Amino acid sequence: MTGGLAWTGRRLLLGAGQTAAVVLLVFVLTEALPGDAAVALAGDQPDPERIARIREAMGLDRPAAERFLEWVAGMPRGDLGTSLATGRPVTGHLAAGAGPTLILAGATLTLLVPLSLGLGMLAARREGGLTDRAVSAVTVAVHSVPEFALGVLLAAVFALHLGWLPATAVGTAVTGDPAVLVLPVLVLTARPVCTLSRLVRAGMIEAMASPYVAQARRYGLSASRVRWAHALPGALAPAGQQLARTCDWLLGGVIVVEALFVVPGLGTVLIDALAARDVPVVQGLAVVYGLVTVMANLGADLLARRLAPRSEVAA
Amino acid sequence: MHTANDPTAPTAPTGPARRSLLLAGGAGALALAAGCRTGPGTTADHAPDGGTPRRGGRLRAAFAGGGAGETLDPHAANLFVDAARAKALFDKLADFGADLAPVPRLAARWEPNAALDTWRITLRPAAFHDGRPVTAEDVLFSYRRIADPKGTFRAKASLEPIDLAASRAVDAATVEFRLKRPYAEFPNVLAAFGAYVVPRGATAFDRPVGSGPFSFVSFTPGSSLLVKRHPGYWEGAPHLDELEFLIAGEESARVNALLGGQVEYAHELNPATARAHQGKGRIDVVRLPGSSMQGFVMKTDRPPFDDKRVRQAFLLIADRRELVDGALSGTGEIGNDLFGKGCRYYASGLPQRTQDLDRARALLKEAGAEGLKVTLDTAPAATGFVEAAGIFKEQAARAGVTVEVKVGNKETYWKDIQTSGTFASYRSGAMPIESHVSQRLLTGSTTNATHWRHRDFDDLYQQAQSTPDEQQRTALYERMQRRLHDEGGFLIWGFADWIVATAPTVRGVSRTAPANTLDWARFDRTWLA
Repeated sequence: MTGGLAWTGRRLLLGAGQTAAVVLLVFVLTEALPGDAAVALAGDQPDPERIARIREAMGLDRPAAERFLEWVAGMPRGDLGTSLATGRPVTGHLAAGAGPTLILAGATLTLLVPLSLGLGMLAARREGGLTDRAVSAVTVAVHSVPEFALGVLLAAVFALHLGWLPATAVGTAVTGDPAVLVLPVLVLTARPVCTLSRLVRAGMIEAMASPYVAQARRYGLSASRVRWAHALPGALAPAGQQLARTCDWLLGGVIVVEALFVVPGLGTVLIDALAARDVPVVQGLAVVYGLVTVMANLGADLLARRLAPRSEVAA
Repeated sequence: MHTANDPTAPTAPTGPARRSLLLAGGAGALALAAGCRTGPGTTADHAPDGGTPRRGGRLRAAFAGGGAGETLDPHAANLFVDAARAKALFDKLADFGADLAPVPRLAARWEPNAALDTWRITLRPAAFHDGRPVTAEDVLFSYRRIADPKGTFRAKASLEPIDLAASRAVDAATVEFRLKRPYAEFPNVLAAFGAYVVPRGATAFDRPVGSGPFSFVSFTPGSSLLVKRHPGYWEGAPHLDELEFLIAGEESARVNALLGGQVEYAHELNPATARAHQGKGRIDVVRLPGSSMQGFVMKTDRPPFDDKRVRQAFLLIADRRELVDGALSGTGEIGNDLFGKGCRYYASGLPQRTQDLDRARALLKEAGAEGLKVTLDTAPAATGFVEAAGIFKEQAARAGVTVEVKVGNKETYWKDIQTSGTFASYRSGAMPIESHVSQRLLTGSTTNATHWRHRDFDDLYQQAQSTPDEQQRTALYERMQRRLHDEGGFLIWGFADWIVATAPTVRGVSRTAPANTLDWARFDRTWLA
């Protein structure tokens, strides 16, 4: 048991180190972006005097080290700085974008998890059987279509041709009209469901052939009990880690889907901030993404260790 | 002669009577113009649409936006959507007609003194949405706010010729602007991008009060602005009850929203999209000609372009038709190395330059520049930039010039090409020829991308600004343009159309107004059939 605790401690420490590295890296990389907010704001009217005045007004003429320390010092208080474009706190921008993104991500996960479990289990019932081959063929085909192409295709068919669903979420609150969510959620679910169901299938097939399942069978347990209670938990570890990766991906807002369906989420906030060289907002977002990634993977590793204690998961 | 008749009484009725009034105003202004497009105003544009304007309804218009940083401060306007929203809520003293000649708006008329350095502006009777009248003090407050030395508003450079400390309100309806030097084209300043009149004392614009055709209802930055009909608008109340500006950054999203019936107006479409939907009946594609000048800039003070023969050779290398067809998908017209085709003062008499590779080779040889290698800076900062650079590279190769295309960063592009490099892609929105010259071609110009600095050219410009006679001034503009056409640093190969699309029910959208002129994105004259 102490071994388990030590492992958990090591894993948490690693997570903390990763977080610190993310914070430093984000600052260095955003500093390295060519051009600053003053240049971006001046646009096609790059009057040098005007750029200098904007720069001064935004405090961009202060040394980088000074700005870094101030930024880090604010973090424990939940202060990520102030947007250059609006003069409002960065956390406000993130909160505004987080709503639609969380709703999209939540709806996608709600659909994704049961669907990929079901498909994976179904395919694994008889390896190489008709169902298995059909599921494999469809998932490989769908997985090869990029989100952008799939989004354009679904919008053209279901919104513009058949008129069943709204083409975009423009002008409607994502919370107000669930119909606007259908197409984006379908696009977001399409590829992860393929990878996840294939991982579940592979894990199930391996688990069903394992000695501990054979042992459970010899005890005379029912087929469904063996499948659900003994084989499935072992099969889920790799899928759990893949699911963590999908969570990061979804919280990133999946920029193309947000742009295509006009969902004003975190991806849109990031694109706007980058175009305006609104560095504090970009940095705030990058830190949040970094933290989410570190935490999701930490959670997946802890879960995997619990589901399949004997396997040596990364730590 | 710079005055134009008041085109409408403030309480003009809607319907046919009002249209004839507008026609009269338009014709008056046309007589002043050097003759080009259809002149200013809503006049001819509405006739083909047919039918009497119908009152009522909400029009939803989709634009690309600026995210959570968007503001309704009209002086801070930077993007097309900012300009369109400002136009719905506020007014300028003047605005540009389709030929980029200024058309009176809040100013009923303007009169210079003999020296052209003091201008008296008479305001028309108009009121802000809260009922306060628009006065000379509001105008002075607005202009001083824009010109604040510590401020960074875009129109500040345009207002530079005004000595605001010496300018004054003669009475409630009369402003007297004292200028730092004679300026015959001063009304262009009154129409400058972002030079809107706000109520005196206004500093916050989260619930803006203007004198425009629509009044504020609600605003979510980066998402939507809802405005409603202002019944007391000086030019007659809009036909629409409500107007909503919606933000959709991705072009395909704007098109899908329009096709799917979620908006009735989509701004800024790609030529390919326009071609796919034109004439199919589902949406109405509107091309606004002359909206964007397309070209290359050569730094005239640096080798190899400090030799005018090299510049002339480059002007002869360009196959303009091929550039328009290739880089703009054919949606535009060819250029003649002069800014403002179709605008007031445009030197349309100069011969159209065509590709002449033999002559180009001979000029390069004369200049000792055979086997020349040049780097062409470009970036995906505007539609067709990278494509045009690739096409020009091929054309130059046929004249023995090696062009290396360097694709840079689009966010910082405009600043990068200002000082560095020798040869770069360039575009410009519509503006009067006078503004193009004063902002880009004088020794003291702040955005002089061709580094064109010639005292004698500056003198010609200054002379034009001190000349009250329209014909003499036209002759001076012609001399300036002749020089630029012969040996300038601007290779202007085309003028791109600006493409918008509407639902088939939308009427009264101008088909002639270039982007950023009065009738572009003008929704008070629009109605739903």
